[in-house]
Amino acid sequence: MTESTRTKIKMIMSHIAAKAVACGFFAVVTMVAASVASAEEGGAMQSAQTNVSNIVSLQRGARTYFNYCSGCHSIKYMNYARLATDLQLSEAEVLKSFAFTGARIGDQVVTNMPAEGSQQWFGKTPPDLSLEARAKSPDWIYNYLRSFYVDPTSTVGWNNTVFPNASMPNPLWELQGVQTAHMAPAKAGEDAHVEKLVVTSPGKQSPTEFDETVRDLTAFLQYVGEPAALQRASVGVWVILFLVVFTFLAWLLKHEYWKDVH
Amino acid sequence: MANFFSNIAGWINERAPSMMPVYRKHMTEYYAPKNFNFWYYFGVLAMVVLVNQIVTGIFLTMFYKPGAATAFDSVEYIMRDVEWGWLIRYMHSTGASMFFLVIYLHMFRGLLYGSYKKPRELVWLLGMLIFLALMAEGFLGYVLPWGNMSFWGAKVIISLFGAIPWIGDTLVQWIMGDYNPADATLNRFFALHVVALPLVLLLLVVLHIFALHEVGSNNPDGVEIKKKKDARGIPLDGIPFHPYYTLHDLVGIGFFLIICAFIIFYQPTVGGWFIEYDNFIPANNLVTPAEIKPVWYFTPFYAILRVIPSKGLGVFALAASIILLFLVPWLDRGAVKSIRYRGRGYKIALALFTITFVLFGAIGAGKSSEWIPEIFGPTADVSGIEMHFGWLLLAIYFGFFLFLWVYTYFGYEKTKPVPERVTTHD
Repeated sequence: MTESTRTKIKMIMSHIAAKAVACGFFAVVTMVAASVASAEEGGAMQSAQTNVSNIVSLQRGARTYFNYCSGCHSIKYMNYARLATDLQLSEAEVLKSFAFTGARIGDQVVTNMPAEGSQQWFGKTPPDLSLEARAKSPDWIYNYLRSFYVDPTSTVGWNNTVFPNASMPNPLWELQGVQTAHMAPAKAGEDAHVEKLVVTSPGKQSPTEFDETVRDLTAFLQYVGEPAALQRASVGVWVILFLVVFTFLAWLLKHEYWKDVH
Repeated sequence: MANFFSNIAGWINERAPSMMPVYRKHMTEYYAPKNFNFWYYFGVLAMVVLVNQIVTGIFLTMFYKPGAATAFDSVEYIMRDVEWGWLIRYMHSTGASMFFLVIYLHMFRGLLYGSYKKPRELVWLLGMLIFLALMAEGFLGYVLPWGNMSFWGAKVIISLFGAIPWIGDTLVQWIMGDYNPADATLNRFFALHVVALPLVLLLLVVLHIFALHEVGSNNPDGVEIKKKKDARGIPLDGIPFHPYYTLHDLVGIGFFLIICAFIIFYQPTVGGWFIEYDNFIPANNLVTPAEIKPVWYFTPFYAILRVIPSKGLGVFALAASIILLFLVPWLDRGAVKSIRYRGRGYKIALALFTITFVLFGAIGAGKSSEWIPEIFGPTADVSGIEMHFGWLLLAIYFGFFLFLWVYTYFGYEKTKPVPERVTTHD
């Protein structure tokens, strides 16, 4: 092999390597970012396994939300009409099953609970939940709602392992039942901490049923956080298909023109 | 039809005869080296993103309402009630991150192939000014949604000006128009973000391209193609930018848009990297986020602040880290441009510099609090280890520039012979 062929091969090899490295760069950036971020939120948490495109799950979640959450929490960026459209319900159905506040179809979903009162009762006005799933992640909501336990030392009588000393009592206790904490004894250098939670007095639902209920509720809040998520995925397929065809045609054209470059 | 268009061209030509030569100079008779590789896509991609930012930005301003009481709500209004508003907003937010991604890769290309070297120093300087303007534009834009990270990010970044002796505190208040980032701050940032800086950016981009077209493009071999011309005075290794590179770039743009579409439609926050979770909480001067961190594209520079305990020194090092980049054309005295023919020392130095930049990015993003306990055990002193490791990285970052000068000025670099003509092409 002559020196010039060797350099040529080396050059082509490094050319290919550089290309591969650079192409991989984009993919790696997005993938690592996504996986690192989910690991960050994950920790000891269980995945919520929600599916926002499952409309029936969203409907069930909405029912739970309006029966158990809407008394205290608003989702002010939503209105009833949008809920009807997106959840594939009639306006009459939405008004009858969700609008307990006497709201009309175009109204925002806001609670009737006065802010000054709730400030006194709970020490903090219950926050608006429109963007809760985006700020805290669906996994956080899913785990939070399953982690309440009875704690006589706290103001509201409940405590939570995901969000210690939350000023919120367990709204779903009648479904979940009452959980009690098994404390691990304090070791040197650390405080006593909750080892596990046990259902001591069963609720209306079995643990599996309850997990499903919370999953649906989480999915509903995820949808409320970003109603566009329902559209995004279905539009995206066509955009990407178009771009793939476009890029292929562009490549054919480029290939044709570049035939005379030597 | 063809006749119709050539008539129009003729009509314009009669009235503005100097326009056609300009088109020819920059398109059909701009001879670019035929051996451009993957790294040469990022300039045109930056232009594509710039256009995207301007177009989507215009639509966003139709619905966005600057003001501490209205901004956050109006962004949610865009996301929910404006027809296709979510798409416009995600195109803009994704575009911001992609802008920095392609610009960083574009700058890295410059370091790989010595594109900043004589006669292209002015191209590099104008490019660095674009980078500065882009950083300002990105920061201002990040404040506009008025989420909690917008507020605290603005507070931290603006407070950096407080490190300037004598006038610092007054300057900080003058910038904010208040004692905290507030309504006045948001409105002036909006004005700067949508009018002032886009004008500056556009002007600089035009100058950057004009300056480039005066001297001609560099290439992966670092060969000056203008040295070998044919009888008609056309570089032997040059091909007209249009149609060859317009079509070549169109393929790259297509690939790039596919990646962008995946992000926009399937992962618009990129796990909190492109849109941070804390920014879905409205600005609140009473509640500090658990960890204040900028978006990923500022994290390498933010890390420099993080690992230097003294604020004044930190701000000084931050400024130096960017100013030194401006000076690269004069620090590097080597005659050989492309990394293909440069000495091993430069290759190692550039690799270390790149790794350092990425690691700084991780530190700035707060990854140390995850990674250090994983490596050194749960009782490890996170901030101590981060700081000492950060000093090592600082030494490498600044050492790169010192090395570059010593290595080339005193002739330590052992280069390979540069070929007469370009060696490969697609």
